[in-house]
Amino acid sequence: MRHSRRLAIGASAIAAALLLAACTVDDGGDDGTGSGATGGGDDGELTQVRLQLQWLTQGQFAGYFAAQDQGYFADEGLEVEIVESGGDIVPQDALVNGDVDYAIAWVPKVLGSIEQGANITNIAQIFERSGTLQVSMADSGIETIADFEGRRIGSWGFGNEWEIFAALSQEDLTVDDIELVTQGFDMLGFLSGDIEAAQAMTYNEYAQVLETLNPDTGELYQPEDLNVIDYNEVGSAMLQDAIWADTERLANEDGFAETTVAFLRAVIRGWVYARDNPAETATIVTSAGSTLGESHQLWMTNETNRLIWPSTNGIGLVDQATWDNTVDMALQTQNETGSTLITTAPPDTALDMQYIEQALEDVEAEGLDVMGADFQPIEVELVEGGN
Amino acid sequence: MSEHTTATAIAEHSAGPAAALTTPTREGSGRARRLLMGLLGVLAVGVLWEAYKFLGPDDGVVVAGVRILPRTTDIAMPHLWDMAIRMTEPVTRAEGADLLWVATAKAAAFSLGVAALSWVIGVTVGLALALLMQRLRTAESAILPWVVLSQTVPLIALAPLVRNWGSKLSLGPISWENWMSVAVIASYLAFFPVAVGALRGLKSPDAIHADLLRSYAASWWQTLIRLRLPASVPYLLPALRLAAANAVIGTVVAEVSIGLRGGIGRMILEFAQSAAGDPPKSWAPIFGAICLGLLAAGAVALLGLALRRYRRGEEPA
Repeated sequence: MRHSRRLAIGASAIAAALLLAACTVDDGGDDGTGSGATGGGDDGELTQVRLQLQWLTQGQFAGYFAAQDQGYFADEGLEVEIVESGGDIVPQDALVNGDVDYAIAWVPKVLGSIEQGANITNIAQIFERSGTLQVSMADSGIETIADFEGRRIGSWGFGNEWEIFAALSQEDLTVDDIELVTQGFDMLGFLSGDIEAAQAMTYNEYAQVLETLNPDTGELYQPEDLNVIDYNEVGSAMLQDAIWADTERLANEDGFAETTVAFLRAVIRGWVYARDNPAETATIVTSAGSTLGESHQLWMTNETNRLIWPSTNGIGLVDQATWDNTVDMALQTQNETGSTLITTAPPDTALDMQYIEQALEDVEAEGLDVMGADFQPIEVELVEGGN
Repeated sequence: MSEHTTATAIAEHSAGPAAALTTPTREGSGRARRLLMGLLGVLAVGVLWEAYKFLGPDDGVVVAGVRILPRTTDIAMPHLWDMAIRMTEPVTRAEGADLLWVATAKAAAFSLGVAALSWVIGVTVGLALALLMQRLRTAESAILPWVVLSQTVPLIALAPLVRNWGSKLSLGPISWENWMSVAVIASYLAFFPVAVGALRGLKSPDAIHADLLRSYAASWWQTLIRLRLPASVPYLLPALRLAAANAVIGTVVAEVSIGLRGGIGRMILEFAQSAAGDPPKSWAPIFGAICLGLLAAGAVALLGLALRRYRRGEEPA
C-alpha cells in the first residue's frame, strides 16, 4: 500500500509539472503583438511584417504602437508584429538573421555592425535629435564637458558611450582624463554619488531622477537640483532611433520596396498621432503591455515627441550633412582602448532616403502635417516612482 | 526469494553504509522541528536585514576603496514592512492595474510553467544521454566531453542563437514562440546535472551485482530495471534538484535575455527603472523568484518521497 501511495505522489508531482508545462502553451501566446490592430484594410490578404524594437514596449516607440492601435498598418494592407527585445537581443543582428523585416536601432551602433559585414540600410531617421544627457547634481560644479576632467563620469557602454567620447575630444580631452564608470540601467549609482555625472535619456533616466525623493528636501528632485548637459547643444550628438531594412531585399525582392513605403506611410501617421494625442498614445503603449508607471509613460511619450517634432525636413528624412556628421564622429572618436567605432566610411547603401521621401510625399498629398512646425510639448507632472 | 526482494537487497547493499531509517514518530517530530528551524531561519534573515539597516552607516562600509557592506539608505535597502505594504498596492496608477502581489504571483506562475517544461525536457534528455553513455562505452567517450563543454557556452551567446533558429521553425500551424526559446535555453542548463548524475548512478552498482545478474542471464534491459535504475536513485535525486534549480534560474535569466513577456525575469527588467523612485517595488520580483525556487524544490522533494525506498544515503551530485 505504502508503495503505491508513494508511486501516486511521484506520479502526481510529474503530472503537475506536465500540467504546468501545458498551461504555458496557453498563456505564452502573446509576445509583443499589439492588441488593437483593427480597421478597414484591403480585401486581399495582409502582408506580414515584423518590426524589431530596441527594448521593451515603452513610450520611446509610441508611434509604432499608435499606428498599430489606430489601424494605420492594416489600412496599408500590412499585418505588423511588433517584436520587443530583451537584454541580449541586438536589433540589427535580428534583422541580418532574417528574424524580422525592419528594426529600430541607433545609427552609431549599426555603423559598427555594417563595418563588420551587416548589409543593411537606414530607410528612415525617425529621431532627428539625440535624447542623451549627462546629468549631475547642481552643487557638483560640472556644468560643461570641460568640467568632466578628473570626475567620475557614468556611461552604459554597449555603444552608448560614443557621444561622451566625441564631446571629450572636442575639448581636447581623452578618456584617460576622466574616470569612466559603467552605469547600470537605473540611476542608483548617480543618486548614491558613485557617479558624478550620469548618462541619462531625456525620456527615461532623467525622469527616473525626477521621480525620486530628495532626502535633503523630502520632496521629489526638481530640475533646478540638477545640472544637465545636452549633447545636442555640445555638438557631439549622434543620430539615434532609425528604421533599418535589409539592403539586398530592398534592391531585389519583388514588392519589398512597395511594402516598405506602405509601412513608412503608416509609421508617419502613427508618429503624427502620437504628436497630436500624447495622452491617448501613452495609454495605447501601456495597454500594449508596458508596465511603466502612468506619469513616466506620458513623460516618455512627450519627450520622444520632442526628439522628432518639429521636424526640419519632414519626419524620418535626414539630410546627407547630418548623416555625414555622425559618420565622421564614428570615424574619428576614440574609445577607452584607443580604437574608433569604424575605420572606413560605410557604403552609400547604408543610407537610402528614397522610401521615406516617397512616403512623405504620399501622406502630404493627403494633407497630413509631417513637419509639426508649431509643435508644443505638453507639461507632464511626474509622481513618485513614476506611477 | 522473489526478484523484487533481490533488487531491494542489492540496492540496499550497493548503497553501502547508509543512514539508518528513522521510525515514523521520530520522523514526525523531526519534520516539525525542521519546519520551525526553517521559519526561524527566515525570521533571522529579516531581523539581520533590519538590524544592519538600523546600525550600519548610511554609506555602507568601504575598505581600501572596496565596499564590503552595502549602503543602508531607504533606496538601497527598503524596510521589509515597506516592501510588504507595497505588495498590497497596485502596480501602477493605470486603470485596471493588478495589485503588486497579484502581478508577482501571476509572473511567478508563468515562469514556473516554463521552468517545469524545461525541467521535463532537461530530465528526459539528460536521462537519455546517461542511458546511451552507460550502454555504449564509445558513446561515453564521445559525448561526455561535449556535455561538459556545453555548459561553458555563455547564455548571452546562446539566447539570440536559439531565438534565431526558432524563428525559422514552424510545425504546421504551430509557429515558434519566444517562450519556447526560453524553455529550450533553460533545459540546456537543466539537462547537465541529470546526464552526469544519472550516469554515475547507473554505473554505481558493484561489479559483483552486475555479474550476479549476468549469471542469471538477465538482459541489459532487465539489469537496468532491476539493478541500475534503483541503484542510481541516490545519485539521481540531487541531480534532479540541481536540474530544478537550473531550470528556474535558466528560465528567469533567459526571460531577461530574450525579453519574454509575462514572467519574473521580465518583471525584474521592467521594475529596475523604478529602483530609485519606488524602491520597494523592485524587490517584488525577487520575492517572486524566491517563491518560485521553493516551489520547484518542493516538487522535487515530492518526487524524492515517492522514491524513498531507494534512497539510501544520497550522494553529492
